[in-house]
Amino acid sequence: MNNTSPLPSREKLQQALESRHSKVLQEKLSQAKVAVAGLGGLGSNIAVFLARTGIGNLHLIDFDQVDITNLNRQQYSIRQIGMDKTEALLHNLLEINPYLSIQTHQIKVTEENLPSLFAQDSFICEAFDRPEEKAMLVNGILEHFPEKTVIAASGMAGYGKSNAIKTRKISSRFYLCGDETTDSSLGTGLMAPRVALCAAHQANLVIQLILEGHE
Amino acid sequence: MILVNGKEEKIQPGITLAAYLSEKQYRTNRIAAELNGQIVPKSAYENTLIKEGDRLEIVSFVGGG
Repeated sequence: MNNTSPLPSREKLQQALESRHSKVLQEKLSQAKVAVAGLGGLGSNIAVFLARTGIGNLHLIDFDQVDITNLNRQQYSIRQIGMDKTEALLHNLLEINPYLSIQTHQIKVTEENLPSLFAQDSFICEAFDRPEEKAMLVNGILEHFPEKTVIAASGMAGYGKSNAIKTRKISSRFYLCGDETTDSSLGTGLMAPRVALCAAHQANLVIQLILEGHE
Repeated sequence: MILVNGKEEKIQPGITLAAYLSEKQYRTNRIAAELNGQIVPKSAYENTLIKEGDRLEIVSFVGGG
């Protein structure tokens, strides 16, 4: 089913966003710079939420390719299996809003490359899988960038218990989303709705911080 | 007494953060520790002394994402 009429212009799409969010709010959202570190269950969902919201500058980082086992919860399609996640997600986001400014890095984040990788971003969404990498990213951002805010995630495996997914402010630049308990390695798998709940907490908080400066 | 993750705790005076974390069996490569609102770099755990009235926030990450 192909729509052969021309795509709406940048202005038309911006107006559509303004009609939903208000011009004042949209201006702030359009200027924001947000990084999503990890483009898996959390990251791909966060990226889609922020793209739909019209966040002006997105920075997507992941080293991995789309795998068949990702399809149960990640924002990729079956035809994208084998593709670099940055390339696949970029394509998917531009299908939502072709006028977004999206930077990608197909790379594994390390303590060494962290300072240069995140230099331009104001908000960093931690969307990694392994606890050691989560700790490395959070510590790295808080140590190197006194002015940036990190929104991390911990504990979103399984199903049900939606109300256990929370947002907690640890300190002025460090927020944590999830139930802080349900590890995916305990035989409890990651499933789409509960992962998306945590991703939505993260994206929702980013929007609030952009618009109000605080939680 | 200090506050750890919002709860009052009695500690050994002059204990280092490293010793505290070890005593409580935290896996130091899976945590972020903030003392009085400031992140403590991992390299500083051994040199950071916890004192009376301090506020400690220790986030222990679990897997998944």
